[in-house]
Amino acid sequence: MDYLLNEQQVMIRDLCRQIAQEKIAPVAAEYDKSEEFPWPIVKLLAQADIFGVSIPAEYGGLGGGVLETCIATEELSKACGGITLCFAASYLGLDPILLFGNEEQKKKYLPDLAAGKKLAAFAVTEPAAGSDASAIQTTAKKKGDHYVLNGMKHFITNGGDADTYVVIAMTDKTKGARGATAFILEKGMKGFTFGKKEDKLGIRASSTRELIFTDCEVPKENVLGKEGMGFIVTMKTFDVSRPGVASQALGIAAGALESAVKYSKERIQFGKPISSFQGIQWMLADMATQVEAARALIYATARMIDSGAKDVSKYSAMAKLFASDVAMKVTTDAVQIFGGYGYIKEYPAEKRMRDAKITQIYEGTNQIQRSIIALQLIKEMAKG
Amino acid sequence: MNIIICIKQVPDTTDVKINPETNTLVREGVQSIINPFDMYAIEEGLRLKEQFNGKATVVTMGPPQAESALREAISMGVDEAVLVSDRAFAGSDTLATSYTLASAIKKLGEFSIILCGKQASDGDTAQVGPGISTHLDIPQVTYVKKIESIKNGVAVVERMTEEGYDVVETPLPCLFTVVKEINEPRTPSLKGKMRAKSAKIQLLSAQLLDCEADRLGLKGSPTQVVKIFSPERRKGGEVYQGPIEESVEKVVCAIKSLIP
Repeated sequence: MDYLLNEQQVMIRDLCRQIAQEKIAPVAAEYDKSEEFPWPIVKLLAQADIFGVSIPAEYGGLGGGVLETCIATEELSKACGGITLCFAASYLGLDPILLFGNEEQKKKYLPDLAAGKKLAAFAVTEPAAGSDASAIQTTAKKKGDHYVLNGMKHFITNGGDADTYVVIAMTDKTKGARGATAFILEKGMKGFTFGKKEDKLGIRASSTRELIFTDCEVPKENVLGKEGMGFIVTMKTFDVSRPGVASQALGIAAGALESAVKYSKERIQFGKPISSFQGIQWMLADMATQVEAARALIYATARMIDSGAKDVSKYSAMAKLFASDVAMKVTTDAVQIFGGYGYIKEYPAEKRMRDAKITQIYEGTNQIQRSIIALQLIKEMAKG
Repeated sequence: MNIIICIKQVPDTTDVKINPETNTLVREGVQSIINPFDMYAIEEGLRLKEQFNGKATVVTMGPPQAESALREAISMGVDEAVLVSDRAFAGSDTLATSYTLASAIKKLGEFSIILCGKQASDGDTAQVGPGISTHLDIPQVTYVKKIESIKNGVAVVERMTEEGYDVVETPLPCLFTVVKEINEPRTPSLKGKMRAKSAKIQLLSAQLLDCEADRLGLKGSPTQVVKIFSPERRKGGEVYQGPIEESVEKVVCAIKSLIP
């Protein structure tokens, strides 16, 4: 399939593919086992300018958009969906700065993130505020020229390893969702510490930690957008980041498909490669068709966002929903094709299945995505 | 500090095919890559460039299509690239090649270090690096696995041997051939790849070099390839089975029978 990529996008795809094959694939199983944060890969991606793909040139990036992030995420995820998150979650953390940051904030934070010297993270989720982001308990009280944050976040990707955090806290609880505000926090700020690291089913090379705020003083210059805009910052960020999660899912699925095709040609049963059996062929055909459809939806959505279109929530949600369901289906079928070998850790099939599951859950569960899509459909119908 | 890195474009295959009539490599249908050992030379050159704020220049001798190898080196971070190319160089053996490359390097001005891979994956001679240093009359250290220090015009390096390694001190300028233990070559960067696309490659033809015409190409190559063939496959050994004492005795007898 020709995806009509421009020269720079082809370059990003090819280089990420090379890094995935040569540098990530050989270490993926090891990181999955050890749960260490993949700093050597971060360094390598930084040196290759990958962290800058979608940051404007004036802040040290390469000036791409959502599509460039998607291409890189997909290619890297083919080798390991967990390791890729050091990159993809950093974009989730810097997207709100790109979208809502003022010139000083962009100048201060984006160059180091583009260079991969620092990583970013986005912190919305709390124990009692998952799908219902309006139930956030973390508070921020204004005190002179700064805000004092108290509370905690959990399940934060890149938590503890990132240097730059965008944190959503309630500045006025009485206003509900309109009382939330986004802040930029830096690792090392007084009163900002990290809690436990989660032991996860998949994406184990990625760190997931609690952030704890104890009378954490944040200068008022670090408010992102305006006070009370926290919920909008969150929703708009997810609009542009969801194609990224979709691409992670797509990469995991495409990697599973590729290895399943290869294995089915090598595995001999009844005197023939199992790829010669129609039962296997039909599975592979379905997997390939689903992967291709997911890619088409993601690329179309990313291009729509990059063109400056306004109402993208529905498509962004569709891309994330569809690609992550495809990832779960394709990786499960890949395990089936690998048979008993699919179930043991010596082969990468089971890891992909574990890695795929999270893509149906985070950045809004797929049930939340369906709600977003349905609400938008009803709204559009009402408009006529 | 000026660093020169010599590279060679080679076929990307371990299964090299030879044309039995011409005794030359069959290049058709085989993708070309930078000689894998030269990648370590490039990486080391880039590390020296970064450490000493120097300039790294990559040089190759080859047909016009060798330009793609130079562009790949630029995408990794090399500053300048020189293609030494002329029909007059065709048929060069290692003597003529090293003479030509040495003449090209002279043309490039002052330098502190020349880096080469320990050998090329196609010819496997390991002669061109040492040849260049001889033509330039500078010291050489082969099989370098670590550059320990460079200061006050003196380099201290570790040179791999079969038993271990030697620590060698040498004045600059000098030439090192490097082994794969020295580093891990980096992947190209996106900015590097963009620069590589439009970077200007300096072309040095025979005319532009101060060299003697009869030392170039086929004329300057005393090596004659008479025949290229695959050595006969070794026949499988003999397997002795049965009780251990008997087998050992049989093996001992067999070995004894081989000793004249």
